[in-house]
Amino acid sequence: MAEIVSLAEAVGRAIHDGDAVAMEGFTHLIPFAAGHEIIRQRRRGLTLIRMTPDVIYDQLIGAGCARKLIFSWGGNPGVGSLHRFRDAVENAWPASLELEEHSHAGMANRYVAGASGLPFAVLRGYNGTGLAEVTPTIAPVTCPFTGEILTAVSALRPDVAVIHAQRADRAGNVQLWGITGVQKEAVLSSERAVVTVEQIVDVLDPRPGAVVLPAWTVTYVAQVPGGAHPSYALGYSARDNDYYAAWDAISRDRDAFTSWLAVLMKNAL
Amino acid sequence: MSDMYSSDEIMTVSAARALRDGLTCFVGIGLPSAAANLARATHAPGLVLIYESGTIGAKPGLLPLSIGDGILAETADAVVSVPEIFNYWLQPGRIDIGFLGAAQIDKFGNINTTVVGGDYGRPKVRLPGAGGAPEIAASCREVIVVVRQTRRSFVDRVDFVTSVGYGSGPGDRERLGLTGAGPRQIITDLGVLEPDPETLEFTLTGLYPGITVDTVRERTGWDLAVSASPQAIAPPTADELTALRDLHARSNTA
Repeated sequence: MAEIVSLAEAVGRAIHDGDAVAMEGFTHLIPFAAGHEIIRQRRRGLTLIRMTPDVIYDQLIGAGCARKLIFSWGGNPGVGSLHRFRDAVENAWPASLELEEHSHAGMANRYVAGASGLPFAVLRGYNGTGLAEVTPTIAPVTCPFTGEILTAVSALRPDVAVIHAQRADRAGNVQLWGITGVQKEAVLSSERAVVTVEQIVDVLDPRPGAVVLPAWTVTYVAQVPGGAHPSYALGYSARDNDYYAAWDAISRDRDAFTSWLAVLMKNAL
Repeated sequence: MSDMYSSDEIMTVSAARALRDGLTCFVGIGLPSAAANLARATHAPGLVLIYESGTIGAKPGLLPLSIGDGILAETADAVVSVPEIFNYWLQPGRIDIGFLGAAQIDKFGNINTTVVGGDYGRPKVRLPGAGGAPEIAASCREVIVVVRQTRRSFVDRVDFVTSVGYGSGPGDRERLGLTGAGPRQIITDLGVLEPDPETLEFTLTGLYPGITVDTVRERTGWDLAVSASPQAIAPPTADELTALRDLHARSNTA
């Protein structure tokens, strides 16, 4: 059953050095505040899992939290490169970064398999691509009914899922709407789940198209208004496109990034 | 006004013209998204825009910076989860056109957005990676690629095959079990390339005003074949340019 705690407590209790951590949110509802708390608490050796490791994972990688990245698209959307990610891969700064690389369809299906309690998922994909050659969690599989050769991808089973949602009630039931991405699958495939929310309310009145995660699927809920910034929470905030554009210059330069990191470490929530 | 336009503008207009009204279109961000939204604002108001964030039938009215901007969800006919958009909508071949960009593309229309130079584990340049492109390239009924043409981006063989075009030539898509027909056009800032019906090698078939065959060949990293009579592509009309500039203006001030 979900416990309502502070963000610092949620991160401190749920996320340990060496854990596999899936922080999801497809452009919308990215759990930035939780990512910053992980940096502040100096977690190390993490396997970071995320379909689109955009600015949030650029920050965690630059801060030295990550050992390995499991992903499908590592760019700053609409802006360009993630320079901390590139510096880690191209120059091993601040440390080398092991990659396990998929397509979006592959990653989404890996979460589906994890949420379904299956060892793998099947899709039509990857045939003829270089990814099938460099990624060991992609393999051919033969359909037992038609003989067709399809592609299997192994299940994702993270230690912790971290997501941001619009609302929770006082029992810890969580509600999110708008672009809901792969968050339900990330939570259900993980051992533990941390959810930050814009607002804790008495009653979760129904919303069109909302995903509801019952309290017993969530480990910790923390109220963090604006916790998705510079991403956004539909109905609460708008995407801060200027932040994404400004991140390019910070990320491009090790000294500028180091200064940014020093300020983050000083500013507790 | 119609004789004053940038190379990006004629590329975007040319790509928009390739989208017929009423088609369903899986849209990548950047140049493809600008062209798809221009088509919807001009000759193809019934074009169905589908973004990998799960927004089906988005009608943004300005150019989103990312594939998950709020305006896409707010204007969509339906918003579905990311597993659903790939499994139920893209994979079965329901979508007419995949509209993609590229960092590197080769003569068989294979796309690289993963690594350039060095080896995979320690590349010279690490690019963002695949995103939704491999399955868009495999499963849409056909694919159109929009990319600026340079000798660095148009190569004989891509360093890494992120998304398959025609592989190494005729028969490869069938052998690999790729259900869509593959890339039908590469639309660049110089003109249009289309696959030769026999060899499937991309061939210059259309030129923008003032662009010569020699210029295109200089900016191509393989020995580019040229069709017998490349089509002279009409410059953007005043209406097309106004619509495109309005989209950009609304996006910059939004």
